[in-house]
Amino acid sequence: MHRRTRITIAFAVAGVILIFLFALSPLNRKKVHAAGEREPVEGTVSVLAVWGGHELDVFKEMARPFEVEKGIRVSYEGTRDINAVLTTRVQAGNPPDIAVLPGPGKMAEFARAGDLVDLSTVFDMERMRADYTEGWLNMGTVDGKLVGVFAKVAIKGLIWYNPHAMDAEGIEIPKNADEMRAVSTRLVRRGKTPWSIGLESGAASGWVGTDWLENIFLRQHGPQKYREWYEGKLAWTSPEVRETWETWGEIVTNPNMVYGGKQYVLSTNFGQAAAPLFMDSPRAYFHMQASFIQSFIKEQFPNLQPGEDFNFFGFPPIEPRYANAVEAAGDLVGMFNDTPQARAFIRYLTTPEAQSYWTSGTGALSANRNVSLVFYPDVLSRNAAQILQKADIVVFDASDMMPGKMNNDFWSAIMSYVQNPSRLDSILRDLERTRREAY
Amino acid sequence: MILRSTILAVAAVFGVPAGLTLYIFLVEKGVARLRFPVQKRIRPWLWVAPGLAILSVFLLYPVINTLVLSFLNSDSTRFIGPQNYLRIFTDRDMLIVLRNNALWLVFFTLVTVTVGLLIAVLTDKVRYEQAAKALIFLPMAISFVAAGVIWKFMYEFKPKGVPQIGTLNAVLTTLFPSFEPQAWLFNPGINNWALIVVGIWIWTGFAMVILSASIKGVPKEIVEAARMDGAGEFQVFFRITLPIIKPTIMVVTTTLIINVLKIFDIVYVMTNGILDTEVIANRMYKEMFNFMNFGMASALAVLLLVAIVPVMLMNIKRFGQRGEEQ
Repeated sequence: MHRRTRITIAFAVAGVILIFLFALSPLNRKKVHAAGEREPVEGTVSVLAVWGGHELDVFKEMARPFEVEKGIRVSYEGTRDINAVLTTRVQAGNPPDIAVLPGPGKMAEFARAGDLVDLSTVFDMERMRADYTEGWLNMGTVDGKLVGVFAKVAIKGLIWYNPHAMDAEGIEIPKNADEMRAVSTRLVRRGKTPWSIGLESGAASGWVGTDWLENIFLRQHGPQKYREWYEGKLAWTSPEVRETWETWGEIVTNPNMVYGGKQYVLSTNFGQAAAPLFMDSPRAYFHMQASFIQSFIKEQFPNLQPGEDFNFFGFPPIEPRYANAVEAAGDLVGMFNDTPQARAFIRYLTTPEAQSYWTSGTGALSANRNVSLVFYPDVLSRNAAQILQKADIVVFDASDMMPGKMNNDFWSAIMSYVQNPSRLDSILRDLERTRREAY
Repeated sequence: MILRSTILAVAAVFGVPAGLTLYIFLVEKGVARLRFPVQKRIRPWLWVAPGLAILSVFLLYPVINTLVLSFLNSDSTRFIGPQNYLRIFTDRDMLIVLRNNALWLVFFTLVTVTVGLLIAVLTDKVRYEQAAKALIFLPMAISFVAAGVIWKFMYEFKPKGVPQIGTLNAVLTTLFPSFEPQAWLFNPGINNWALIVVGIWIWTGFAMVILSASIKGVPKEIVEAARMDGAGEFQVFFRITLPIIKPTIMVVTTTLIINVLKIFDIVYVMTNGILDTEVIANRMYKEMFNFMNFGMASALAVLLLVAIVPVMLMNIKRFGQRGEEQ
């Protein structure tokens, strides 16, 4: 081969290699980063979350203006088993840029392992404090670092009812637990079934029951004990916890009180469990569920008018001093990869504009107090939003705050208890043993 | 991102074969310089070396690592001896897990092989054999997860007096009006059986196809000779067909055992182990990904391995024998 040709080829090869190396080098990435911090104009942000169906449509609708404006593609991946999927991805060193976190307990684990980005470097904290009350920001803070923000929230423990059925039976809305009990007994005496409960939820079956117990516990023993309970400082075999289980047991283990008996309770998906209230001849009168059940009801019964054909009242107070307590839950979002695209998107997620998509699209509530009530689609979600704003005591879903194993065993304990209530003693003993190991 | 993964993919697809070819080329060049007897001894080892290396990295190392982890605590920071194993054999929940795997092992394997064999023998004698076999084999084409979802619909429960939308309850309440609808997956007396049925539904086709092929291989002359001597259908089956296809039955059985010990998808999708339906693999998954207890998850993995290895060795030995026979 001619000498010059050989030199040319050598240079060409070296050039190609250099280009590749440059494309892979951190030097190159840093440059994009610095430029992108101001205004990323391309690229992708990957999002892992639990939203499906209608919620996913709303999410996409919400993401579209962002995609158009910034030119960043939002690549969404959905799962129902967020805990396992996210843990695997993080362990494998391949986390999504942004993900819904399985709960505050898990969030703390990720944060302490250094997997989550400190969001105070991302947000303008002045504005965040203006948008979110301290309580919400605290729930996303671990060891003084903000690592999670709420994409949307819900009130738990609302009692849903069918106003027409209530009128037909001549029932007033009960104002406290005693009235609730009296109304239920009256319905039973007339041969009606007061409650409809469904616990099935795939890999998370039983969580509806934990909501029941949490709402009862909060109103029986107050926020202080509630905190001790989820922090693992209160024994499951304590009289407080036992009292709560037995209070719920009056309803759920009594075949006269609950539609379809235990087989229905155990096997019915939570999303279907409100249906008996709205059949042509109602088969049940009350259904305890979070504010998000509204979108399920609307999907199954598109003709029902919120406020007229279905409505809710707050969980009946038990101890008067805890009357104004509310349990809330929500989708905490965290950031695992510090890319300009992820920064831009998580900033967008928390703005009132993005949040109003959730509220008007799904009836979900926003933790951002600058989302105007105008953006709540109907009287019901406006009422729920108001309850949230007015509550003196707001606590987060206790089971979500417990360690993974405690939460999981709590769920399956709910199923075992409904299946065989006489085993309550041994169920509580097992939970107590889990508590000793899990914290 | 996309550019980088594309480069990586191209590099892997072309780079690995190219690298291996280069390795062999160099090995041959090097070996050629040695004396012949040394060449003969050393060459096979050099040829299998890349394979052994890959096997060690992707199989041997994980196995050893899992074994080590199983003696450590949940976040693998402290040695705790055989505690994880002790818990597996003493904890009430864990004993239920073991019991369920035993149930699966015995009844799933027994019923699948028996029914598969029965169908193979019966379809052998009819004209619409192909269609019948295709129908039975069809579930094999469905993923376990999809099968789980389908059967969840089949087992759906509605209270008495409401139209039953689950196939099983609908059929039973129609045939026997006094029948009380059952929540099949939520009744501790039935739920394990309801799950095992799904497994049988999927795997019977597999057993049938292999056994059927083996039955076709039974020499016609022997069967005809037996008939000439006055043997009935049952005698032909038990004295001729069965002994001849016995090795195949063993292979099918061991394959099924290996699969059933690892059963996961059906349980995960349909009950996720609630109300005493947990099995080892599902529990392992939970310990690992939900509870972050790496020690216990590893101990369960080792337990599965220990249970499966003897069956696998038996299977390999069978295959080896058949190789020699031919």
